[in-house]
Amino acid sequence: MATRQTQSLAKLMRAPAIILLLIWMVVPLAMTLYYSFMNYNLLNPTGTSFAGWFNYQYFYTDPAFWESIWNTLILVLGVLLITVVGGIAIAMLIDKPIFGQGIVRILVISPFFVMPPVAALIWKNMIMHPSYGVFADIAKFFGMQPVDWFAQYPLFSIILIVAWQWLPFATLILLTALQSLDGEQMEAAEMDGAPALQRFIYLTLPHMARAITVVILIQTIFLLGVYAEILVTTNGGPGNASTNLTFLIYRAARLNFDVGGAAAGGIIAVVLANIVAIFLMRAVGKNLD
Amino acid sequence: MARAVSTKTKIGWTIAAWFVALLIFFPILYAIITSFKTENEAIAGFDLIPSFTLDSYREVQSQYNYIRPFMNSVIIAVGSTVLALIVAVPAAWAMAFSPTKRTKDILMWMLSTKMMPAVAVLVPIYLIFLRTGLMDTRTGLVIVLMLMNLPIVVWMLYTYFREIPGEILEAARMDGATLSQEIVHVLTPMAVPGIASTMLLNVILAWNEAFWTIQLTTTNAAPLSAFIASFSSPQGLFWAKLSAASVMAIAPILIMGWFSQKQLVRGLTFGAVK
Amino acid sequence: MIRAKHALWGACAVAALAAPAMAETLTIATVNNGDMITMQKLTKPFTDANPDIQLEWVQLEENILRERVTTDIATSGGQYDVMTIGTYEVPLWAAQEWLLPLGDLPAEYDADDLLPPVRDALSVDGTLYAVPFYAESAMVMYRTDLAEAAGVTIPDSPTWTDIKTAAEKMTNKDGEVYGICLRGKPGWGENMAFLTAMANSYGARWFDPEWKPQFDSAEWNEALTDYLALMTNYGPPGASSNGFNENLSLFQQGKCGIWIDATVAASFVTDPENSTVADKVGFAQFPNKEGVDNHGNWLWAWSLAIPATSDAPDAAKKFVAWATSKDYTNEVAAANGWRAAPPGTRKSLYDNAEYQGAAPFAAMTLTAIESANTQKSSVQDIPYTGGQFVAIPEFQGIGTAVGQQFAAALAGQMSGADALAAAQATTTREMARAGYPK
Repeated sequence: MATRQTQSLAKLMRAPAIILLLIWMVVPLAMTLYYSFMNYNLLNPTGTSFAGWFNYQYFYTDPAFWESIWNTLILVLGVLLITVVGGIAIAMLIDKPIFGQGIVRILVISPFFVMPPVAALIWKNMIMHPSYGVFADIAKFFGMQPVDWFAQYPLFSIILIVAWQWLPFATLILLTALQSLDGEQMEAAEMDGAPALQRFIYLTLPHMARAITVVILIQTIFLLGVYAEILVTTNGGPGNASTNLTFLIYRAARLNFDVGGAAAGGIIAVVLANIVAIFLMRAVGKNLD
Repeated sequence: MARAVSTKTKIGWTIAAWFVALLIFFPILYAIITSFKTENEAIAGFDLIPSFTLDSYREVQSQYNYIRPFMNSVIIAVGSTVLALIVAVPAAWAMAFSPTKRTKDILMWMLSTKMMPAVAVLVPIYLIFLRTGLMDTRTGLVIVLMLMNLPIVVWMLYTYFREIPGEILEAARMDGATLSQEIVHVLTPMAVPGIASTMLLNVILAWNEAFWTIQLTTTNAAPLSAFIASFSSPQGLFWAKLSAASVMAIAPILIMGWFSQKQLVRGLTFGAVK
Repeated sequence: MIRAKHALWGACAVAALAAPAMAETLTIATVNNGDMITMQKLTKPFTDANPDIQLEWVQLEENILRERVTTDIATSGGQYDVMTIGTYEVPLWAAQEWLLPLGDLPAEYDADDLLPPVRDALSVDGTLYAVPFYAESAMVMYRTDLAEAAGVTIPDSPTWTDIKTAAEKMTNKDGEVYGICLRGKPGWGENMAFLTAMANSYGARWFDPEWKPQFDSAEWNEALTDYLALMTNYGPPGASSNGFNENLSLFQQGKCGIWIDATVAASFVTDPENSTVADKVGFAQFPNKEGVDNHGNWLWAWSLAIPATSDAPDAAKKFVAWATSKDYTNEVAAANGWRAAPPGTRKSLYDNAEYQGAAPFAAMTLTAIESANTQKSSVQDIPYTGGQFVAIPEFQGIGTAVGQQFAAALAGQMSGADALAAAQATTTREMARAGYPK
């Protein structure tokens, strides 16, 4: 009795969230699917007609398409690598007994509170600018030629900015994982003479597996959609060197005002993102139980 | 049990930690410093000591009254968060305590709804907003941001709730507690930290959203993201002014984040990790 | 009681009658550049004269502004009553009947006073669809002191060879003085505005009369090769991220010998408050290649237009007429000096002795604007209009994609020939999609 009652109550409790998200997914998706089969350009509304698969074909054959997929992967993996490795290192560092732990923690998580466009503007103008940026000042101080980051290492520059934004998130989650690590076990291992590296590999890492999984899952979702940072800094260039899939869609939607093309790109992105998600779940999903 | 740590070691770790922390914080710090510089100082090369002028702030305020976008940001961020929690808490609750075979699939599906690039659905949403009169209203943005962040909220809450030990529930039931008693007296106290940190996270995400909030507003509902968009790349390099506007846009959330830092960490300790 | 009720009804009736006249709100979308911000600050005379009109400002960065207003006007959103748009949008949007015609402005507006090339650029079939706030062509700005020290003279109408010689002699990389600063930042309104004008002055064209892209032509090759050589040898570091703003700042700090860009920059580089070289700037016409009679034909005007969906068209008309009137110019002059007056729109400004005295660049600006021919920007036959752009809806996308290739060449990531080939391929593809030739 109780369980049946509980179960129907549970259903009732789940329903609003599921229904809302279903609507939020189905309505735009349906409309996007519809537009993806239409020739529809905002600037030329009279030319609207049925397009068949043309928008897909056109998006797929864009010379920038494969490069953008490649860039998307590098961007996501690069940022994940920096934030997970950096996050573990920083978490372990600020978990040590130090003076002013609270303030250190505050400083470390601060970048997470900065709006993406603001972060990109600060980095572009004040840090990485080849004439006025801090990096350029440092280079000049050592008598070197300042690096023009966004022209010479465009994708790396963007990875750096995005990683800076997400490092705090990773650090926070990993830090809390670290704090719940069993101190006695660690000490026992230490007494047995296990070197620091082994303690890290056999005790710390497995303990953090679940936290790392959460970091990877949630960040991947956001990283696949990065575009504001690109728009503010490199505009996807030079050439297509820093164009990711989202930015390619952005270009279709907001420069060409090509609603049909952007819709087709959106559908392609959704399909690809879901493939990544399935792959991710296979790879790390078991850590979630 | 605490190991005796020599002061020397502690100082060593302290220096290392502070170095890393300042390095990470530096871009924000430099923006704050630059906002107190004159425009000429701002591009004159590296200098950590500004002339402490408030001109840039005055200039920014005279060009764009800060109060309205600030209030809009607060209302939109808080409103969408509260709404999301109202919907998500029961759902996450049910998923955590009465899981079915499909619970994990549903969770994954929820996350996957976030994968549609916003820019691809802009025109359809724009048209819907025009037809329904939601354009340039705070209500409209509250709804969109709520839906946008709902999957993350459900996810975070689910992971927190999963950590609440089932034995406690059983014990309460044995004692003859009704479902409502169970929820009010036993589970709620245990769930509060997780809910609080989810709330904080969501406020931050909503505050920082800068696509829909610009595209779906003109004047009445325009929040701080639009405020920033009116200061980026003007004619000439007004970096002190840009810095001042940036500081004004991020300061409220930064300060809130600082104050609730412990809460954020506690909630997360409870949740994501055993 | 009853009396009170009556009074209430009466008050309501009065309020109902008065309401439409009392509170009309104009939502004005502007780009966040200096002149527009000045306008926002100087609206008091207008609001004093029109207490029934309230002004709401939406200031946005140029790209976001363009996205917002384009989406709005194309979906008949009706969010704005006045939009700030350029010479690129006006003819395209007027053709879609998205803009309110402005042929019936009052006589005191004196539309005949507008400079003919600007007026033409904002008109379709002789009807004005937007009024110019300020207008610009492009010209050469150079440091007279550096030129003198280097022993070079830049003639009023220089050739690209003159420019190259002068740039070479002025360059002193150890002293952080670069002979020439040009736009390199990708974008249809950034590097492509300059490069299209430069290519025009080399006799190149974007399309032949059958709309076939012409990046495989000798003229484009020559123009791009010379551009890359100039910038690599005498340009500043990081040039592929430099747009108008960055170059302005470099020039103001005395780091550029020559800067070829929009004429509006003249009033900024001669502004003693922000420019360290204010009294050392000379001006010359946009260069041309020997034997090609074409000075680039750059013409742009930030203009105010009223969308057809505006619910307060009369108030909006009043406002745009005021903001681009002679009175407004006088007001700016009174507040900030004549040098700061919005340039390039009215003959009367250039006839004004006070302006000529305060603005050493006035004559050259006027020459540049008057010599721009946006109806035929290339010496070869072309199917399109527009000077530093091609006036077709697809140009924003195409121009930016091509600009990316050229920026990559400037950054040294590909050769000029490869960039041209990529530009040709991209443009051909986009044009085929858009269904040209139409």
